[in-house]
Amino acid sequence: MNKKETYWRTNLKYLVILLSIWFTVSFGFGILLVDTLNQIQMGGFKLGFWFAQQGAIYVFVILIFVYIYLMNRLDNKFKNQK
Amino acid sequence: MELQYWIWIAVGLSFTLYISIAIITRASSTGEFYIAGKGVPPIANGMATAADWMSAASFISMAGIISFNGYDGSVYLMGWTGGYVLLALLLAPYLRKFGKFTVPDFIGDRYYSNIARGVAVFCALIVSFTYIAGQMRGVGVVFSRYLEVDITTGVLIGMLIVLFYAVLGGMKGITYTQVAQYCVLIFAFMLPAIFISLMVTGNVIPQLGFGSSGSDGVYLLDKLDGLHRELGFHEYTSGKKSTLDIFFITAALMVGTAGLPHVIVRFFTVKKVSDARKSAGWALLFIAILYTTAPAIAVFSRTNLIETVSNKTYSSLPEWFGKWEATGLISFEDKNKDGLVQYVADPQINELEVDADIMVLANPEIANLPNWIIAIMAAGALAAALSTAAGLLLVISSSVSHDLIKKMIKPDVSERGELIAARLSAVGAVMLAAYFGINPPGFVAATVALAFGLAAASFFPAIVMGIFSKKMNKEGAIAGMVVGVLLMLFYMTKFKFGWFGGGTEKDWWFGISPEGFGSFAMLVNFVVSIFISKFTPAPDEEIQMLVENIRNPDDE
Repeated sequence: MNKKETYWRTNLKYLVILLSIWFTVSFGFGILLVDTLNQIQMGGFKLGFWFAQQGAIYVFVILIFVYIYLMNRLDNKFKNQK
Repeated sequence: MELQYWIWIAVGLSFTLYISIAIITRASSTGEFYIAGKGVPPIANGMATAADWMSAASFISMAGIISFNGYDGSVYLMGWTGGYVLLALLLAPYLRKFGKFTVPDFIGDRYYSNIARGVAVFCALIVSFTYIAGQMRGVGVVFSRYLEVDITTGVLIGMLIVLFYAVLGGMKGITYTQVAQYCVLIFAFMLPAIFISLMVTGNVIPQLGFGSSGSDGVYLLDKLDGLHRELGFHEYTSGKKSTLDIFFITAALMVGTAGLPHVIVRFFTVKKVSDARKSAGWALLFIAILYTTAPAIAVFSRTNLIETVSNKTYSSLPEWFGKWEATGLISFEDKNKDGLVQYVADPQINELEVDADIMVLANPEIANLPNWIIAIMAAGALAAALSTAAGLLLVISSSVSHDLIKKMIKPDVSERGELIAARLSAVGAVMLAAYFGINPPGFVAATVALAFGLAAASFFPAIVMGIFSKKMNKEGAIAGMVVGVLLMLFYMTKFKFGWFGGGTEKDWWFGISPEGFGSFAMLVNFVVSIFISKFTPAPDEEIQMLVENIRNPDDE
C-alpha cells in the first residue's frame, strides 16, 4: 500500500469510529434508548432526557476537536515521511 | 432612562459598528467577494459561521418552542448541532481542498457536467430563498417589536442595512461583521439566562441550573413534570411524537445543516485544509453555548409561567403580563368567569394562549433586569436575523453571478464585470427577499423548516459521494439529486399545501412527518445514484485524479 492509501484508510478508520459515537449519543441514547435511560436519574436530570438536550451536544463538540487532533497528528506524520 | 432611548442607543451603536466594519473590510476582487480571499483565521470563521447559522428563530423562538414541547424539542437541539460533526468529518476539509467558490462549483466540476451544475444552482436558489424570506420577516418583526415601527418599515430598514454591508463588503465584509454580531448576540442571550438561573436555582450556570432544585428543594424538572401532569399537559421530559418521527426529523435537520450552501461556503474562506476542520470545531463550540442554554431557559420560563399564572386571580398578575398582553403574544379569556386563570391542556377549559416567542422576550422583565439589558437583547435579536440574512444573500448572488453567468452563460466575462454582476444580483435578491418579508406568502413559515429537508435530499448525497466514491458519475449524481429534490417537493406540497390531493397525518408514509421526510428523500437519492452509476460509464481518469487530490490535504 502506498502512503496516500494508508493515509486515506487511517482517515476512514477515524471517521467510522467517531461517527459511531456520534450516532450512539444522539440517535442511540437521545432517541432509541431514551425511555430505558430515563430510568436512571443523574442529579435533577433523567439520563435519556439529559443526553437529548445536553449530553449529545457536548459530545459533538468533543468529537470534532478529537478529529482535529487526530488528523493534525496524521498530517504531520505523513509530512515527516516525505 | 426610558427603555426606548436605551434601545435606540444599543441598536444604533451596533449598526454603526457593522457598517464601519463593512467599510474597512470591503471586497475588491471576486475572490474577496465570494470567499473573503481565503484569509479568514479559524476562530473568526467559527464565530462568523455561528452567527451565520443562528437566525432570529434560534435566538427568539427556539427556547420557547422547546418550552412548549419538552422532550420533543430535542430534535432541534440535536439536529441543528449534530450536523456540524458531519460537516467537519465528511465535507468541510475536502471542499476547502477543492478550493473553488461555491457548492455548485464543486458539483459541476466533480460531475464534469453543466447539467449537474445547473441542478445544483437550482437547488441552492430554492433552499436559500425559502430561508431568506423567513429571515427578512424576522428582521421586520424584531424591529417592529422593539422600535415600535410597523413591520414594513422594519423590513425596509433591515433591507437597507444588509444591502449596504453585503453589497459593499461581500464575503469579506460579511465575515467580520458576523464576528461582531456573534459577540453581540451571545452576550444578549446569556446575560438574562444567567440572571434567571441565579434567581430560580441559585446556580450561575444555566446548563447546570435546570438540573438542580429550587428553593423548595424539589428538582426543577421533577416539579415541572408534576405541574404538567396536574394540568393535563404531556409530561415535560418524555415525548408525544413517535420515536420513528423523532429519529427522522433529527436526521433531516442534521444532514440538512451539513448540506446548506450558506454554511458550507463558510469553509471555503479559510487558509488551509486543517483550518477548515478547526473552524468547524470552533463554530460548533460557539453554537453549543447558545444551544445548551436554550433548554435551560425553556425549563425556567415554563415553570415560571405556570407558577405565576395558574389559578391566580387575573388582577394579581405581575406587570409584565399586562404589557405582553397588549402586544397580543399572551391572551386571556375568562371562560368560566371565576376571575382565575385556568391554564390547562384541555382547549375547552383553557383560558390562556401564550406565543412561544414570549419565553425569551419576556425573560428580562420576569427576572426584573434593568432596561439596558432589554436594549441589548433587541440588538442581539437583530444581530441574529441580519447575520443570517447576509450569509444567504451572498449565496444567492454568487449562484447568479458566478455559477450562472460566469460558468454557464458568459464564460468570458471579466473579473470586473463579474464583480458588478455579483453586486447587482445581491441588490436584486435583497429586494425580492424584502418583498416576501413584507408580503409573506403563507408558505414561508411552513417552508423554513423544510429548507433543511430540501438540502438533505439534494446536496448532501451528491457531495459525500463525490468525495468518498471515485466511481460515482454524473448520470448517478444528477438522477439522485433530481429524484431526491422532486420527491421532497412533492411530499411537502402534498402535506403542507394540500396539492396532489393533500392528506392528513394518517396518510403520512410510514408515519414520517414532512419535517422528517428529508431523511427519507436523502436515502432515495443515495439508492438512485448508486443504482444508476452501476449501469453507466465510470468517470474518466482526470476526475478520479481530482477526487484523489481533494482527499490529500497537502500539495497546496
